[in-house]
Amino acid sequence: MKIKPNNYIALDFLSRSVNEGFARTAVAAFAAQLDPTLDELGDIKTAVSEAVTNAIVHAYPDELGKIGLRASIFDGNVLEIVVRDWGCGIPDVNKAREPLYTTGGEERSGMGFTIMESFMDALIVRSKPGKGTVVTMKRRIAQRSGRK
Amino acid sequence: MEVKSSTNDRALTLALRGELDHHAARETVTAMERALEAGLPMQLVLDFSGVTFMDSSGIAVAMRASRRMAALGGTVAIINVPAQAKKVFDAAGIACAAKTEGSK
Repeated sequence: MKIKPNNYIALDFLSRSVNEGFARTAVAAFAAQLDPTLDELGDIKTAVSEAVTNAIVHAYPDELGKIGLRASIFDGNVLEIVVRDWGCGIPDVNKAREPLYTTGGEERSGMGFTIMESFMDALIVRSKPGKGTVVTMKRRIAQRSGRK
Repeated sequence: MEVKSSTNDRALTLALRGELDHHAARETVTAMERALEAGLPMQLVLDFSGVTFMDSSGIAVAMRASRRMAALGGTVAIINVPAQAKKVFDAAGIACAAKTEGSK
């Protein structure tokens, strides 16, 4: 049985790099209802930026394609972010998740997945070559005292 | 991304302003390369005080800066790094100086 979120947003956008800022800002604005700290908001924006950049750079290297972004809120102040593409896929997900590993050349650091992993509580990467990639990240936002 | 350069003797300071993501990284690197070729500095200072957001694209920029300066026999310092960007550098094990309270 699937647990239903208390709230969600879903967006589709084209894999243009100018949309990176839009994607992280949209998720941050949605997450604001959880009353996150600036620090938590920074972590979320960074993780979204990494996931979306991966899709733009790697999923659609020679074309523009669709990227799906869904942010959901579950009981217990849990924010879930899903970034999906229908691009070329990752042949070896474990290899891709290793720090400093990149196929992106000098412009990329190979730290994207490492940052998603360390800034979020959970990171799941599912990919099928030729079919696409789904990155799911979760982060529990701490309930602050004085907050109802 | 706005990149402002100033030179003092053989030290080149590049003050970055804006959001340093993959979208902005290419123009940042181009501006940096141009300033390095023009100035051939012994020290490169990257002033991050105006960086309002940074992801791992900033790590690639810092690594590039470090390689270029090593080739020139010089050094790189990354200064005035705001908390969000500092956390990203820390995750990559890149040394940088945090922005202190009250600095611009």
